[in-house]
Amino acid sequence: MIRFALAGNPNSGKTTLFNGLTGSTAHVGNWPGVTVDKKEGVYKKLNEPIQIIDLPGIYSLSPYTPEEVVARNYILDEQPDCVINIVDATNLERNLYLTTQIMEIDVPMVIALNMMDEVEKEGDVIYEKYLELELGVPVVKISALKEQGLDELMERAYNSYKKDRSGVTVLKETSLNHLINDVKIALKGQKVLNPLFHAVKLVESDELEVSMHNNIVAMVEEFKNTHQDSTFGTDFEALVADGRYKYICKHFSPAIKKKNKDKFKETKSNKADKILTHKIWGIPIFILVLFSIFHLTFAEDFLYLGSIFNLPSLEDLGLVNEHGPINFGVKLLSCIYDGAIFSPGCIINNLWNEVIIGEIFGALQTLIENSGLSYWAVGLLNNGIIDGICGVLSFLPWILVLFMLFSILEDSGYMARIAFILDKLFRKFGLSGRAFLPMIMGFGCSVPAMINTRTLADSKEKIATIRVIPFFSCGAKLPILTAISGAIVAGGVGNADIITFGMYLLGITCAIISVLFMRSTTLKGETPPFIMELPTYRLPRFKNLMLHLWDKAKHFIEKAFTIILASTIVIWVLTHFNFGWSFLGDDKINNSILANIGKLVQPIFTPLGFGSQLGEFGWVFIVAAVVGLIAKENVITTFSTLATCVIAILSLEIGGLDYMAEDGIDAVRVMIMATNISVPALISFIAFNMTTIPCFAAVATARAELNEKNTFSGTLLFWIFASYVIASVIYTVGTWWWTLFIWLAVFAIVGVIIKLRNKSLKKEN
Amino acid sequence: MKKKEITLDEFRIGDKGFVLNVLGEKRVKRRLFDMGITPGIEIYLRKKAPLGDPIEITLRGYELTLRKDEAKNVIMEVNND
Repeated sequence: MIRFALAGNPNSGKTTLFNGLTGSTAHVGNWPGVTVDKKEGVYKKLNEPIQIIDLPGIYSLSPYTPEEVVARNYILDEQPDCVINIVDATNLERNLYLTTQIMEIDVPMVIALNMMDEVEKEGDVIYEKYLELELGVPVVKISALKEQGLDELMERAYNSYKKDRSGVTVLKETSLNHLINDVKIALKGQKVLNPLFHAVKLVESDELEVSMHNNIVAMVEEFKNTHQDSTFGTDFEALVADGRYKYICKHFSPAIKKKNKDKFKETKSNKADKILTHKIWGIPIFILVLFSIFHLTFAEDFLYLGSIFNLPSLEDLGLVNEHGPINFGVKLLSCIYDGAIFSPGCIINNLWNEVIIGEIFGALQTLIENSGLSYWAVGLLNNGIIDGICGVLSFLPWILVLFMLFSILEDSGYMARIAFILDKLFRKFGLSGRAFLPMIMGFGCSVPAMINTRTLADSKEKIATIRVIPFFSCGAKLPILTAISGAIVAGGVGNADIITFGMYLLGITCAIISVLFMRSTTLKGETPPFIMELPTYRLPRFKNLMLHLWDKAKHFIEKAFTIILASTIVIWVLTHFNFGWSFLGDDKINNSILANIGKLVQPIFTPLGFGSQLGEFGWVFIVAAVVGLIAKENVITTFSTLATCVIAILSLEIGGLDYMAEDGIDAVRVMIMATNISVPALISFIAFNMTTIPCFAAVATARAELNEKNTFSGTLLFWIFASYVIASVIYTVGTWWWTLFIWLAVFAIVGVIIKLRNKSLKKEN
Repeated sequence: MKKKEITLDEFRIGDKGFVLNVLGEKRVKRRLFDMGITPGIEIYLRKKAPLGDPIEITLRGYELTLRKDEAKNVIMEVNND
């Protein structure tokens, strides 16, 4: 199939153009070796179908970022039939800088002059025929947003691809012209493809090129000795960049006639920024935006209408009795309203989980139960597979809603401002301002949070961020917190709110310490440079958002049905079979493979407070933590399940405890009775579950985002190590307060060693 | 009209001036060039972030943000008329 590649600056409307050309045919993958999105689709309106490849958005073909290298290698090595260079017409000068570089490659090329609608709205005029003449390639005016000019663009590209085009350079007016020409001839003699492009890169002493054409480097170096520029000396990289911009200003800028001659006039975006990045209001507004995101997604009392107007609950209205909603209509209503209007995120979540997932899979489970299959097969299908799938799919609404809100921030241009506002604060930890949002989204769900680390330019920063995201305790971990702290309070100690709040604070503190620790040891590196465009504010496009969401949903569901499902089945088998491979019901979990492994490894958890000191039933905490890997709320439901068998074996006197209750408090109390676990150990158990390996969905996402095997296994080890240390500190300090000084001393010594080591390393350099 | 040579990080809000030269480590320098900060171009310092750093500048018809650390590499001629 004929292949056209789309190349252009970030924020030039490239994604919108791609979506306009390919519609629903788009397919998203990864470029090999890097987690840069590779989007492909098909354009079908011409005589033959044409494959469109969306290259990453870049400003230049320099060798310094993975995006630039990917785009450059694609055009050079894969030799697309034509390159469509999309140019933001409202910002010609900087956009054409990339154009002058692509022009040097021997590939047919067409310029798509995008955002013409905005140019015309400003009253400006662009003479595209003039540009075409100066550039020597077809120039087509389009508006990707309004889908205008797309067919003409494709037709001209289709006509161009049949004709070979040799690279031309705008550097012919600089003092480097002769050198470039000589190098080009030498390369041509060696039958190198794209000789002009490589010649210019060699003159720039480009890292990637110098190693490839070693024999010609000498020639360039020799020339450098004879050539001294008054401004740049022998810095040819600077000379080349300067030459390009000079040429653009001189030859291309006359193509645009601006109505407003003031170069620095205040645009609408500037006016919006006066408020949004205001010296005083900028940060409060950001906090408000953040709060709105969580409120829209998770609030069960949207805009606090329920409490303000004291609205009646469905039970008050007589629509819900002890058997639940009186009819299906009320059930639907209960997804939207119950004493308060739910937030949009909650409504979608309720509809999905109660109605779609609940009804469909519920019916399926009844069918399987009545099918006459053997006891263990029903168990495997219903509790192993279907419950597993439901557990994972139940996250989907949260993931998509959070992801959509995040995309709106990104597409509107506000995300870049968040980085601008917070950069100074985050630099202290060796991160950039962009790392903040993924982290804070971790409070909602780790999966979208980890996916969004893609917006981080530096790979070390990205790894560090992914590793600490689970420390921002997600929604699914909340039941662990409320159930255990509830049980602690029922035992007469403490205050549930303080424990919950304290655990959240603990998570944040651990995240900060971990980032500082990693950035000064294994993930050392200079804080990446922060030189970033603040794009013009634009309304996000519904079509772009939906296509984006559809991709994410597809990827997540694919994972849910493969890696996550497989892990879930393994855990089910481990909890429902003994070593003799006979099936065990829920009431005999104490004989299961997992319980036996738990008993075996129990001593390892002694420093954490839930090991050998708990005696015979200490394994329940280990089993719960492992089952929690399927989904963290399972930690508490496992306690409910285990309670049945524990009570039976110990013939416990449990009084009026309702251990099957949904809040799980009484289930935890049964566990406390069975094991005599102490309060510090319980808190240590919460902390352990919060900071250890997250659920399989998050692990699978981390695996996909960390493209090297070593960094992924390193991440797993980090989670195990961090949770072990954190939980040990909590247990020992909570039990023997004076151990605090030992821990502080240990941390201080580690800190000093790292500092000294880094200092001596610096000296060596 | 007064003219003097300073680096871009010393600019105050509202200052305008022309780039005289760009220094710095290879990677940072290339990035500054790629984004259009080349000798002779006029820059306007529009604002600073709420915490005082980074800064926001207007050049070649668009907005760019960079840290003061990086702005130190840009030698400027202030030209407030």
